[in-house]
Order: sequence, then C-alpha cells, then structure tokens
Amino acid sequence: MSVFTIREERCKGCGICVAFCPKNVLEVDALSKVHAVRPEDCIGCGQCELLCPDFAIFVDKMDREAAK
Amino acid sequence: MMERSYEKYFREGRLPHIWCPGCGNGLAMKAIVMAIEEKGLPQDETVIVSGIGCSSRASGYMDFDTLHTAHGRAIPFATGIKLANPRLHVIVITGDGDCTAIGGNHFIHGCRRNVDLTVIMFNNEIYGMTGGQGSPTTPLDRLTTTAPYGTSVRPFDACHIAMAAGATYVGRSTAYHVRHLAKLIGEGIDNKGFSFIEAYVQCPTAYGRKNRLGSGADMMKHMRDSAVMLSAWEKLPADKRQGKFPIGCFLKREVEDFNTSYEELVDRAGGVR
Ligand SMILES: Cc1ncc(C[n+]2csc(CCOP(=O)(O)OP(=O)(O)O)c2C)c(N)n1
Ligand code: SF4
Ligand code: SF4
Ligand code: SF4
Repeated sequence: MSVFTIREERCKGCGICVAFCPKNVLEVDALSKVHAVRPEDCIGCGQCELLCPDFAIFVDKMDREAAK
Repeated sequence: MMERSYEKYFREGRLPHIWCPGCGNGLAMKAIVMAIEEKGLPQDETVIVSGIGCSSRASGYMDFDTLHTAHGRAIPFATGIKLANPRLHVIVITGDGDCTAIGGNHFIHGCRRNVDLTVIMFNNEIYGMTGGQGSPTTPLDRLTTTAPYGTSVRPFDACHIAMAAGATYVGRSTAYHVRHLAKLIGEGIDNKGFSFIEAYVQCPTAYGRKNRLGSGADMMKHMRDSAVMLSAWEKLPADKRQGKFPIGCFLKREVEDFNTSYEELVDRAGGVR
C-alpha cells in the first residue's frame, strides 16, 4: 500500500514517471498532470519519485499494519 | 507526507523551475543536492556558481550563496571565491557550450591549476537556451540549427579533456542514473582539487525533437540502455562498444591543489596571508 503525494503545481506532465513505472500505475491527464490511476498495483519501488525532474511526485510505502 | 530532506536546498518560491517538460536538468540538480546532503556540506559555507544557459539556471533554484555569472566564466569566478575564502565548498554548474566552447580555456586552465572546485557539466549535446545550435559535444551527423545537414566535425569528449588538462577527479554519469551521478559528485566533493563530473542530460526540446529522439523519457531510456559501467566497459570488445558509452569514475589522482601551492608561494615570497 502506497500513499502518493502529487504536487500538481510542479508537475509538467512529461510522462517520465509513467514511462519508468514497472507496474503501469500512473497516467498523465489531458491537462498534463499525473495521477495514480491504479494505486493498488504500486510496489513502492520509488522509481517515479527518483526520476521525476520536477520534484512533483512522492511515494510513501506504508506497511500493512500502519495502513489499516 | 514527510517532506523530502533535499527540499531544504531549494528556493521553494522559485519552483516550479523554468525547464521544459522532460528536461534532464532537474535530475542533475537533484543529484547535486543529494550529494551535498550526503557529504553534510553546510548550506552557508557552500557556494554554487554557474555560467549561462538552461543548465546554468540551476543556481537560481538552489538555496545557497549562489552566483550566476557570465557565459563561460563560471570557473574563473569560482576560482576567485575559493582563493578569497578557502573554507568554502565551491560547486560549479555549467553546460557543454558554456564549459567547452566559450569557456573552454577557463576549463582547461582550471584543470591545470587544480583549483579545489567540483564542476558538474550538464551535457545535453546542444546549446539549449538559444534554440539548438551545435556545441563542441554534439555527436557527428546530428541535426542542429547550425548544422542543418548534420554535424561534420568530431565532438569533444569533455572527460578526456579534463584528464589531459590535469583535473584530479573525473567521472561521468547520466540523468537516468541519478543515484550514481550523486555518488560521483560526492566523490568529487571529497577530492581536494579540480573535480570534473559530466552529467548527461536530455534536452527533448532543442535537440531531441530535431533528431527524432523522442520524449524526455525516451531519451532517458536511451541513456539506460547505452551507458555501461566502466568495469564492464573495459571488458567489452570494440564491436560491442558501438553506440555505447562508459560511465563511472575515470580518474582519481593526488596532486597538491591550487590554494595549497599558492600559500606556499606566499610564504616563499615572504608575504603575509
Ligand atoms: C558572451 C555571450 N555569448 C553568447 C551568449 C548567448 N548564449 C546564451 S546561452 C548560450 C549557449 C548555452 O549552451 P550550453 O552551455 O550548452 O547550455 P544549455 O542551455 O544547453 O544548458 C549562448 C550561446 C551569451 N549569453 N553571452
Ligand atoms: S515525472 Fe514528474 S513532472 Fe513528469 S509527469 Fe511525472 S510527476 Fe509530472
Ligand atoms: S513507486 Fe514504483 S510501482 Fe509505485 S507508482 Fe512509483 S514507479 Fe510505479
Ligand atoms: S531547451 Fe532543452 S535544455 Fe533548455 S530547458 Fe528546454 S529541454 Fe531543457
């Protein structure tokens, strides 16, 4: 279970996070903002956060207990 | 969410930055602050000096004492800072045009003097800011606004120049390899002398589009697939090296840095310091 923080004012919709997500969790909308459309598939690898050149997406992995 | 620790190194009010969607400069800037944090450099004893270009705008987003200088002149300004106050950690951000074209002489003499600077050259293989003129690092046969039929002159390898000119730490990484890039920058910070780190970054706007290299993400996939760690590179036969390039630390050597030799010179001349 992951918690996403997307700072929309920083996101430019470049699609880098989308392209490097191994689980196809993310999509960019018509307004060029990214969304976690399949959050349940996220494995919390952190690639999207690491490779975002705009410091716009952050993923925090919650352990199962904390998520309850 | 807990705010990421590197955010304290940014001037929050200046973000979002001006770089295009998919531009790699933000990743190189991220690697620099990751390295600064890892090395525990105090924010008020670290100076970021940049030249002119898209890449050089990074200094404006970073919350240190920063100096955005003249085109090609970041290294001389940084040298002055380091001489005036040797306690400061001086980091230079420059572009491939800034560093190897207009600033080429400053670059080689900075290396020769072995000034204790950490120079990070954001190499997007083009003049990004002014719309895509070819730079000395543009590879052969690429289209640029100054080479509409393709570049016909061989590119510089800036790492080779730095090694030949006397730099004491030289390495290369890419925007895709953010953590690796941060590690090299950290090693550059540790080195007491001229450290040169080439950071490959993508410019989808002024370079990628003209050369049909795809989006910023496509250009990063290319970095992922064509960059080879030095240890593996050394074992690669020549035919397998086609279209690939090595990343990693290429050189590290111990040579007295400019400040130290200058202080000795002052003593020899009977001066006061
Ligand atoms: C003395 C001087 N000459 C020319 C220019 C115009 N100019 C601004 S940026 C630039 C090239 C920048 O290219 P590079 O250093 O590769 O940085 P990038 O924009 O690609 O990051 C040039 C020629 C200038 N600002 N000052
Ligand atoms: S990488 Fe960053 S800027 Fe690009 S779409 Fe994803 S969150 Fe937005
Ligand atoms: S953390 Fe990994 S799996 Fe989750 S959205 Fe980001 S890239 Fe995809
Ligand atoms: S022109 Fe190129 S280098 Fe400049 S901000 Fe746009 S993508 Fe980045």
